[in-house]
Amino acid sequence: MQLTANTEATALAEQPAPALRTEGLSAWYGAHQAIRDVDLTILPNKITAIIGPSGCGKSTALRCLNRMHEVVRGARVAGKVLLDEEDIYAPGVDPVRVRRRIGMVFQKPNPFPMMSIYDNVVAGLRLTGESRGQDLDAVVEDNLRSVALWDEVKDKLRQSGASLSGGQQQRLCIARALAVEPEALLMDEPCSALDPVATYKIEELMEGLKDRYTIVIVTHNMQQASRVSDFTAFFLAGDERVGELIEYGPTDRLFTTPHDQRTEDYITGRFG
Amino acid sequence: MPRQTYHLELQNLHDQVLLLGSMVDKAIGRAMDSLVRRDADLARSVIEDDALVNRKRFQIEEQGIHLIATQQPMASDLRSIVAILSIVVDLERIGDYAAGIAKITLMHGDRPPVKPLVDIPRMAEQGRDMLRRALDAFVVLDVEAARAIANEDDEVDALYERVYQHLIALMIADPQVVDRATWLLWVSHNLERIADRVTNICERIIYKATGELVEINVSTY
Repeated sequence: MQLTANTEATALAEQPAPALRTEGLSAWYGAHQAIRDVDLTILPNKITAIIGPSGCGKSTALRCLNRMHEVVRGARVAGKVLLDEEDIYAPGVDPVRVRRRIGMVFQKPNPFPMMSIYDNVVAGLRLTGESRGQDLDAVVEDNLRSVALWDEVKDKLRQSGASLSGGQQQRLCIARALAVEPEALLMDEPCSALDPVATYKIEELMEGLKDRYTIVIVTHNMQQASRVSDFTAFFLAGDERVGELIEYGPTDRLFTTPHDQRTEDYITGRFG
Repeated sequence: MPRQTYHLELQNLHDQVLLLGSMVDKAIGRAMDSLVRRDADLARSVIEDDALVNRKRFQIEEQGIHLIATQQPMASDLRSIVAILSIVVDLERIGDYAAGIAKITLMHGDRPPVKPLVDIPRMAEQGRDMLRRALDAFVVLDVEAARAIANEDDEVDALYERVYQHLIALMIADPQVVDRATWLLWVSHNLERIADRVTNICERIIYKATGELVEINVSTY
């Protein structure tokens, strides 16, 4: 049975408190506004996909969720991003601490090339000084098991992370992000540099991880969004090339019966 | 750049459904003509042509499956293909009902039908009219028309009830006519089922338009 707009709103309202919520989120690169007035609710322990054509602001929106956007010179943000109802942009909030609570995985696997597999996993803990007193061997094993990499690398933990295949490197990066025990994981096109087998491994992994983490994935691959996510947000840039959130809802509904004609046109390829 | 090749293939799929619809519409008409005119050659031709209907159904199904496998259709495109995969089954079954009526023409041989054919051709015309309008509603995605057409199944059911009662009365009055009366019962039952199948098609038109799977009119029979 199809969810109507009303039952869908009710279903969303009955969900637990959001893990992340944006209110009137806008972002700029210098004078250029990249996204405008985005109100988005990310539910805990769900996978939320952000889709849209190139330049629609989906990666910008993702990077605003853990204050990575401001790392770019001239970048600026307005509006709120609430993590457990606390604004991560409020004065006095430490962006490093935010990024520790909300981890990120990037498009291109980026293990620290001079570090071993082992050291890559615990790099975040060492950086924040939290490695002291911890059983690092256990941390490494637990997190490599979480990303289904342990059996493949357990006999070569001291080898460079760069010696692994692309898919293994990406799983290593996810293990590194998980090792600091974040609450949410942001993934920016994590499979776009991977072959189909490595992609499916990451997708399976995401399904397994969502019991413990809230996941937001940006992907330009609509099939991937429909395969992996529980909720989907569709972004589109208008005439002024400013990205806006056009539609948000349960993934199965959005991909079978989108409410907005622009979503329909985009996902059926009648766009452009 | 819009996906032109894909959308042309999708349009072609729709066109093929209309072609199949037209084939089975014609089959009902010819089958009824064969019965009314006691034309055995025409009846045999309807039965032979049913193979073309079956082939067309499989061809459309293959095209639909090909599009799903190669183009990963979504939203209204996905709903269209899913609806079409169901509609062609109903259309093909309507073709079978027409062939079934043609077979009954052959069963009669030189003998006339047990009663004048009045309500039975009316049922056929009503069913064909519903079918043609359903195909129009399929093209323009007219949900209201689809609902209205499905509700007309009640009229076909009422005609069937009348024919049924009449034929039963004939059988009770004269056991000699049981075979021919039974054949006409089968004809009228086939025609009643045609209207039911059109109702199914209407349900799929509503799905195609709205994404809602609904049962819009439950037949009495």
